[in-house]
Amino acid sequence: MKILTVENLSKSFGGIHANRDICFDVEEGSILGVIGPNGAGKSTLFDLITGFTKPDTGKVKFFDKNIFGISPDKISNLGVGRTFQKLKPFADQTLLENVMIGAFVKEKDIKRARDRALEIIDFVDLIEKRHHFAKELSTGQRKRLEMARAMAIDPKLLLMDEVTGGVDQKTIPGLVELVKKLKKTGVTIITIEHNINIIMEISDNVLALDQGKRIAFGEPKEIQNNKQVIDAYLGTFDAA
Amino acid sequence: MDNKLEIAKSEPIWNTNNRVISIIAGLVILLFALPLFGMNSFYLHLFIMIFMHAVMAQSWNVIAGFSGQISLGHGAFFGIGAYATSFFYMEYGITPWISIFFGMFVSGIFAVLIGIPMLRLSGHYFAIATLLIGISFQVVFQRWDLVGAASGLWVTMTPEDSWSALQFHSSKAPYYYVFLIFFLITFFLVWLLSRSKLGYRLRAVRDDPQAALSLCINVSNYKIIAYVISAMIMAPMGSLFAQYILIIDPDRVFNIEISIIVLLITVLGGIGNVWGPIIGAAILVPISEYSRIYLGGTGGAVDLIFYGLILMIICIFRPNGLISFIPKDILERKKQR
Repeated sequence: MKILTVENLSKSFGGIHANRDICFDVEEGSILGVIGPNGAGKSTLFDLITGFTKPDTGKVKFFDKNIFGISPDKISNLGVGRTFQKLKPFADQTLLENVMIGAFVKEKDIKRARDRALEIIDFVDLIEKRHHFAKELSTGQRKRLEMARAMAIDPKLLLMDEVTGGVDQKTIPGLVELVKKLKKTGVTIITIEHNINIIMEISDNVLALDQGKRIAFGEPKEIQNNKQVIDAYLGTFDAA
Repeated sequence: MDNKLEIAKSEPIWNTNNRVISIIAGLVILLFALPLFGMNSFYLHLFIMIFMHAVMAQSWNVIAGFSGQISLGHGAFFGIGAYATSFFYMEYGITPWISIFFGMFVSGIFAVLIGIPMLRLSGHYFAIATLLIGISFQVVFQRWDLVGAASGLWVTMTPEDSWSALQFHSSKAPYYYVFLIFFLITFFLVWLLSRSKLGYRLRAVRDDPQAALSLCINVSNYKIIAYVISAMIMAPMGSLFAQYILIIDPDRVFNIEISIIVLLITVLGGIGNVWGPIIGAAILVPISEYSRIYLGGTGGAVDLIFYGLILMIICIFRPNGLISFIPKDILERKKQR
């Protein structure tokens, strides 16, 4: 079953076409990797889907519901969670409090919200850091915090913007494992990622963008061999 | 069974510090007992002003400290509360105990009406807009004949002390207890608010509105809710102040200085912290009152110079306010580590 259908989605900022006629769909329970060079329109696409930026034209359907142009809080309330490229933790609150704010969406009672938040914090392997303020956490831990906070709203679809961006090499495998573990819970994931090896490893499908346009969409193997993708993004070591 | 998770779940929700609770309970008992030791009129007045300013600052703390919106026109709600009580008592003989709630209601309505357009603004723009709203209330009341225009309202005095009219001429002690009870109730309610789902969500709006939106929080609505709560806390202080001095006019109850002082008190004590306004009021109000006594009139503005100096020092060395001097190991969240 298709959880998300995007048709001809476009957005311009003045004369700049951030996204042009983007089309793709996502199967429930799968991972879609989004790749593209800087400025390709990947984060803008996330903003358009989650309502943080109003699209100019197109159609966005979450299951059968049209979510085109709806406000972000309403979209998240339908079950679309997200993380941000530039991390946005509630810095002066503890990790537990950060996740509880998300957990309150499903749990009205403070004790139950807290228990649910603790379970999710345990899931992301940060249980020992639960009383640390978000500002005291490392970048990798903050990435986990954002994932935990987004999971706390019990999303059906989770959009993750650069899970491994800005972290050191040793931290990356743990985050990748976490994404795989997340998939096993049944949540559908769309992830923006620069590391092509990670994308190939975790994705069921890949969407490649360049200059705001879709240049390829398909299984990782297809994308890896797609000439347009190679020219625009992957490049080749074989210059001759 | 995950042991660490079970340990975490078994922790109390609020790790209350018994030593702190004992100190607070002792202070509350002491505050109730103080007038019994024959406090003179000045000290009663001093404590009344501390209680009043602490509640006013707490009101500002809800909108600025909890939800992150800097309002510079909060004096308007103080004035509305003052006029509501005095006007309905003088015109219709309605006891202030009822019209206090009417003042709260009207303030809440105005907060919604002002908040819907204003809270679309943020940061400095919101602050400037509220400043102008505060001033415009003063101007309107200066020209509104029904409420005495610039002369204001002289509350009809009862011949004797009267609880129903909330007027006490023989001693300030009853006022002391009325203000004290409002002070304690307000702080308890705001303390509860800070620990409620609403409190969590307001802090999310304050810390990062975009992240809050991604967690199903309608940021605009929550800002308005905070503004309304804040206004409804401020209004009763206007009502009680009107009953305390029995004469109100626009320059006194809509003065921009009210909005600035509640800001200073909160920032000094610690913005976003329930205890901040108490600490701020306990320090700034005596400075103001003593400078008024020793320097006459409005204190020759020396109190304002003091305020400015203290604020500069705080902003440079203790941006989280004086509350940050309290050792971290007795703060609840840290203690759990």
